[in-house]
Amino acid sequence: MRVRSKWFAVLMVLILSVALAATGCGGKKEGEQKAAGTDDKTIKIGILAPLTGDVKTFGESTVNGAKLAVEQRGGKVGDFSIVVVPADDRNDPTEAVNVATKLISQDKVVGIVGSVTSKTTIPVSKLANDNKVVMISGTATNEKVTVDEGKRKEFVFRACFIDPFQGKVAAKFALENLKKKTAAVLYDQGNDYTIGLANNFKENFTKGGGTITDFLAYSKDDTDFSAVLTNIAKKNPEVLFLPDYYQKVSLIGKQARAKGINAVFIGGDGWDSSDLDYKTMDGGYFTNHYSADDPSPQVKKFVEDYKAKYGKTPDALAALAYDACSLLLNAIQTANSKDPVKIKDAMQATKDFQTVSGKVTFDKDGNPIKAATILQVKADGKQAFVTTVSP
Amino acid sequence: MDHLIVDQIINGLQLGFMYALIALGYTMVYGVVKLINFAHGDVFMVGAFVGYFGFSQWGLPFPVAVLTAMAVCSILGVTIERIAYRPLRYAPKIAALISALGVSLFLEYFGSLKFVFGPNYRVVQRPFEEVQYHLAGITVTNIQIIVFITVLIMLAGLQFLIYRTKIGMAMRTVAVDHNASRLMGVNVDNTISVTFAIGSAFAAAGGVLYAIAYPQIHPFMGIMPGLKAFTAAVLGGIGIIPGAVLGAIIMGQVETLTSAFLSSQARDAIAFGILILVLLIRPTGILGRTEPEKV
Repeated sequence: MRVRSKWFAVLMVLILSVALAATGCGGKKEGEQKAAGTDDKTIKIGILAPLTGDVKTFGESTVNGAKLAVEQRGGKVGDFSIVVVPADDRNDPTEAVNVATKLISQDKVVGIVGSVTSKTTIPVSKLANDNKVVMISGTATNEKVTVDEGKRKEFVFRACFIDPFQGKVAAKFALENLKKKTAAVLYDQGNDYTIGLANNFKENFTKGGGTITDFLAYSKDDTDFSAVLTNIAKKNPEVLFLPDYYQKVSLIGKQARAKGINAVFIGGDGWDSSDLDYKTMDGGYFTNHYSADDPSPQVKKFVEDYKAKYGKTPDALAALAYDACSLLLNAIQTANSKDPVKIKDAMQATKDFQTVSGKVTFDKDGNPIKAATILQVKADGKQAFVTTVSP
Repeated sequence: MDHLIVDQIINGLQLGFMYALIALGYTMVYGVVKLINFAHGDVFMVGAFVGYFGFSQWGLPFPVAVLTAMAVCSILGVTIERIAYRPLRYAPKIAALISALGVSLFLEYFGSLKFVFGPNYRVVQRPFEEVQYHLAGITVTNIQIIVFITVLIMLAGLQFLIYRTKIGMAMRTVAVDHNASRLMGVNVDNTISVTFAIGSAFAAAGGVLYAIAYPQIHPFMGIMPGLKAFTAAVLGGIGIIPGAVLGAIIMGQVETLTSAFLSSQARDAIAFGILILVLLIRPTGILGRTEPEKV
């Protein structure tokens, strides 16, 4: 027994030293890169996105879109060459802060494009703002991303509309276009994104003369929704508002239909994924930032370029990441400097900049002013363009 | 309104029987080895994945896929016991507990690696359609019936195994005293291995059924159900086999009725609150017996 534990100790020491050596080497390599990146004409941009985990398709699209924006400019802005550093946050707030810290302190990025979801972007936005790194998220729709308790985070922007607007548009669409009068809402109590959409939908739907039959929460790890869905089924609402991401709404949608709920499903941009269960969600509507079927010339060109490079139709996340990255590159060009303060000022002053998802002017909170698109889910895996709704 | 209550009770039963599937394995292993096998929920996860690969990718018929998952997981269970628990059998209890936590985290993160299961959520295409039966205004699905029957078979099978077979007798003696069992000619190591094999096979069956009932799987899916099933086992009296089913049914009812009639936000808080209450009043669980301390 004694001999064995000694061997065990030796083995552990060996493993530890190998691990140390490995990380040590990694550190050196990064150091070399840093040395290479410190010349005056190189600007590093971090792309923060969930490349694994529950919303990985969001992350893949984001990196593709942002990279396309850089490549279309030939990897250069004015006199500066742009180096892209992707980082995986696994859609986990803690992990996001860790990798963002690495981007800022080790890679010395000047700007960050990302992250994708609000829950990861909010903590990172504070970090970026404190360290004076310009940050622009393509898709984080929660208000708290750019404003913290009434105080503007000056270095943080976004390329998408915000949660109140999405909830408002969804409510307006349900009332005016679909002529529905009753709705139930089911949301994740631990996620700022779904809470924001749910609250704003409720507020605007009630204000517009509709009735909310149920306003119920669940938690992230729940898989059994039978109890709440049975309650909802009894009240038979015309609309079931599900403002969560595609995995969860697919699971809820399936159980809702099994409980005999025939309501129209409505959701937010979190539905936009090829992994959504299209058969179950057939006929549902969701608010989005852009549609590949939109006939405008900017969208057409973007879709062609994206298809040529990646072989698939870009989703909204790709379009918004492309827009976010373009806005950042445009600001760098206007500022003609790698000084984050100048880039931030140039970004804030952006006016009628043509992006894929519309003309962007920033309001005082770093939010773009533009219209929203409504899409319908089809059983064959397609998303049909329905209409656009202005704020 | 009455109707609604009946529907909700059926929802609660489905959830409760799901927990029972996992809790049975938990409680059996505890009963024999006196070890809380925290990796049980993750063996459950591995079972769900193997079953899913079986019926959706390797083209196995559903029952064969379940059996494959059970076989793979019993080997996994025995291996875990051999590597992580056996060397610590006579070490302080806390060492084995920490080792169990380590195995649990290892399985979760090893499973998350790209070449294993990958970190992503997968949608499970059910190998058969969900069919609803309407009996006197109550809706029951075929999946609920399968789960119910499986739990009954497992319960009866375990009771038979433990009280009517030779290996069961060996398990009971090992549960009382390792050294005395060894003196009586019982092979303690083998008995414990068999215990882990059966417990893990049960976890695998539970995992596959869980993946059918809630058709989405990922490497961390075992944590919450594992925790709830453990709670159920403690509630019923850990180590007592019918107690696991009783505890699981109570957990399922409390959770469902709370979210149906009180608040869907308070469901876990109330479920675990009841656990604390029961433990304060009856520390050995509902069916637990207080054994006199041996001097």
